[in-house]
Amino acid sequence: MTQQQTGGDVRLTGISKTYGSFAAVQPLDLTVPQGSFFALLGASGCGKTTTLRMIAGLEEATTGTVTLGGRDITGLPPYKRPVNTVFQSYALFPHLDITENVAFGLRRRGIKSVKKQVDDMLELVQLGDFARRRPHQLSGGQQQRVAVARALINHPQVLLLDEPLGALDLKLRRQMQLELKRIQTEVGITFIHVTHDQEEAMTMADTVAVMNAGRVEQLGDPADLYENPRTTFVANFLGTSNLIEGEVVSTGTDIVVSAGGGKLRLPADRCPAPTANGGRLLLGIRPEKISLAHRDDADEIAEGRNRVTGRIVDSSFIGVSTQYVVESPAGKSLQVYEQNVERRARLTPGAEVVLHWNPAHTFGLDAAQDIDAGVETVEDAA
Amino acid sequence: MSLTKEAPPAPATEPVLRKPSTRRRLVPYWLLLPGILWLVVFFALPLVYQASTSVQTGSLEQGYEVTWHFQTYWDALTDYYPQFIRSLLYAGTATILCLLLGYPLAYLIAFKAGRWRNLVLVLVIAPFFTSFLIRTLAWKTILADGGAVVDVLNTLHVLDVTSWLGWTENNRVLATPMAVVCGLTYNFLPFMILPLYTSLERIDGRLHEAAGDLYATPATTFRKVTFPLSMPGVVSGTLLTFIPASGDYVNAELLGSTDTKMVGSVIQTQFLRVLDYPTAAALSFILMAVVLIAVTFYIRRSGTEDLV
Amino acid sequence: MPVLRWLRRHLIVIAGLLTLAYMILPNIVVMVFSFNKPNGRFNYSWQRFSTDAWKDPCGVADMCGSLSLSLQIAVWATVGATVLGTMIAFALVRYRFRARGAINSLIFLPMAMPEVVMAASLLTLFLNMGAQLGFWTILIAHIMFCLSFVVTAVKARVMSMDPRLEEAARDLYAGPVQTFVRVTLPIAAPGIAAGALLAFALSFDDFIITNFNAGSTVTFPMFVWGSAQRGTPVQINVIGTAMFIIAVLVVLAGQLIANRRKKAQP
Repeated sequence: MTQQQTGGDVRLTGISKTYGSFAAVQPLDLTVPQGSFFALLGASGCGKTTTLRMIAGLEEATTGTVTLGGRDITGLPPYKRPVNTVFQSYALFPHLDITENVAFGLRRRGIKSVKKQVDDMLELVQLGDFARRRPHQLSGGQQQRVAVARALINHPQVLLLDEPLGALDLKLRRQMQLELKRIQTEVGITFIHVTHDQEEAMTMADTVAVMNAGRVEQLGDPADLYENPRTTFVANFLGTSNLIEGEVVSTGTDIVVSAGGGKLRLPADRCPAPTANGGRLLLGIRPEKISLAHRDDADEIAEGRNRVTGRIVDSSFIGVSTQYVVESPAGKSLQVYEQNVERRARLTPGAEVVLHWNPAHTFGLDAAQDIDAGVETVEDAA
Repeated sequence: MSLTKEAPPAPATEPVLRKPSTRRRLVPYWLLLPGILWLVVFFALPLVYQASTSVQTGSLEQGYEVTWHFQTYWDALTDYYPQFIRSLLYAGTATILCLLLGYPLAYLIAFKAGRWRNLVLVLVIAPFFTSFLIRTLAWKTILADGGAVVDVLNTLHVLDVTSWLGWTENNRVLATPMAVVCGLTYNFLPFMILPLYTSLERIDGRLHEAAGDLYATPATTFRKVTFPLSMPGVVSGTLLTFIPASGDYVNAELLGSTDTKMVGSVIQTQFLRVLDYPTAAALSFILMAVVLIAVTFYIRRSGTEDLV
Repeated sequence: MPVLRWLRRHLIVIAGLLTLAYMILPNIVVMVFSFNKPNGRFNYSWQRFSTDAWKDPCGVADMCGSLSLSLQIAVWATVGATVLGTMIAFALVRYRFRARGAINSLIFLPMAMPEVVMAASLLTLFLNMGAQLGFWTILIAHIMFCLSFVVTAVKARVMSMDPRLEEAARDLYAGPVQTFVRVTLPIAAPGIAAGALLAFALSFDDFIITNFNAGSTVTFPMFVWGSAQRGTPVQINVIGTAMFIIAVLVVLAGQLIANRRKKAQP
């Protein structure tokens, strides 16, 4: 098992891909540890699929190398790499039944008795009864599991998943996320998963690399990415962030920033950007970390919390929570998610409110960036 | 304008179960009638006439009469079986050659041509628009004795081999079976390439990637994925080539000699020159039967309906 | 060996291009020999360059007459086969009726039969009816064998058409006739055009069936056939070359227009 412990890392070194003058992937270094569930997350066209295809060998890298467990596989054709792919919309062979689809890789490597392995694999993905069907006789979710089985049966060192759940409806997608996670835990193979769905990436992966315009913006475990985004893109793409621009007033263990006519504090160790008195800084706070108080109840807010005053312009009832949009001098539309613990009749559009939160939940970002980077617009979401 | 005027009076009393009107039910029949009638009168009925002619006896001067003279069939077969066998042999060879030559080109257009795809397609179809007889005559020039092709084949001693096989004679290509098969192959290549291209083009490119990902070399990918998926094209292409080739006599007449006559020639001569209608009809009927049986058997065997 | 590896890598492309060359070669020969000045009656071997034939394309007795006859027959056969074939195709795709299987085989059979069989049997019919062989018998025959091809081409297009488009048209207040004219026909048009083009090409180039049923009438292919026995005038090559060039130009122009349209509406 020693080889499994140390020898199976996927290492991309300076890998890039250009089509003519268009750089799909900028030179990129990435290490995916053996046995991890790794997600490449980004909007369409960010280079995540190209990166995956370079690992699979379906795309030739313009520069750089791909190594697998220390072995350089950059020049190997796909059929010589110990790597398998679950394709977007599956690419199941329509002329072969499920058994033959799953057995395809084994047969190509000259393995004659495939029955037992195929049966076991179909059992793993719970499709034992469908062995003799053709792909088009299966539902989307079943086809997806066949695609996983077809790749996994080869015991690849790495399984690549290219938007594997993209063609499924929301409910099925949630179900398959858990299913894939279960399979990964069971077989212990490295999974590299490409997706544009941040929720999917965070649910499933141990490590997420957020990609934007051919670069990795940030890499880390989901909670760390969420709590400590280092760029506005990550802050906006992963969940929602309220970003408030302000001027640094003082530095120390806590940085004090003046914004929207008030003073806001944040811990210096949560601010990766350089700070100096008089400099600009972006303050970030997640909507669910903010509490909302009516202006009349402002005295009840504990000392030492960050405060911003504003007016509710919109509220929508979601069920577990209520989402408010607040207009304030600090930011044009700040988002606040309040748990529906008790009904708060006074917090209706038009109400004057105070937003307050624990300064420790605040993060800081370099103000030189586009404040709206990574915000999903209507077209993106479609 | 008053609105009340336009409002129809409320429908009176209970709803009536309505059958679709007769007029609407007859629509498909009216659409079908003229075309189908045309085919019945000018395609099916002639076959009946021909069947009847084939069992008639008599002469041009005294007229023919149905005498159920099946002997005609036997005589036709014994007299002309070499032409029959030759027809099937030449047509079969040409079909196989068309498949071998056409497949790479169809594959090229479907997967490799990129932005040249339309141009190549035009080049495949364009020859259609020059009369095929003129193009077939051009082969007389290309394969002429002392021409470049024959010279090269002679220098490479290819003609020695083909002569030994009986495909050519006396170091010449023209007026040999090889010339006839070459002409047949040439004339029916587009009928092979277009269906092949259509079915290849439908194949999802990711299936090739998936096969490569699953340890299939390019050659295995072709054998296990691409070729099976192109079977509908192979089947219709071979049919569209073999059927017309088996009845063709133009290539045999223009590029061949009296030793390369195909059954089409015989039918034509019997009908238009010898005016022996029963024999010609019997020959034609046998050809039709042979082709239909072969086609049916072939479609059954290849089981294309099983493919997506 | 890098050369060998290169060859192996591009094997398919090379093989494909060789086939293409094989298909184009006769057209090039036809073109080149349209500038030949042959000794004697046959234009099979190169003598010397001349543009005589191009200057006087109708200089051969009866050739241009047969050409115009072929064009007329092709046009009428195309019209007839396209109208009848389109009607059948719509009936087959859009309606349910009895005897569908029989009708399908009746349409398939003419395509699955050697031409010479159809030619011979049609001739027996005409002889039995005592019909005068000529323009009309040729036209009847051509419509007959073009019909199936038109049906196939149009059917493919109509089948791939979303029936909801017609439902949408009806939902938006279009009556049956309007639906057909405004929605169904424009969408089916490429299929109908393809069928018509195919019919034209098949009819114009047909030799075997025409040869049986023409009597003493001479179409262009029959003229070429006859000249192969008597002597091939260079003008045949001129006509062949001109047809080839016109066809390529028409197709390229169509492509160009299609590309323009694509660019105009991104």
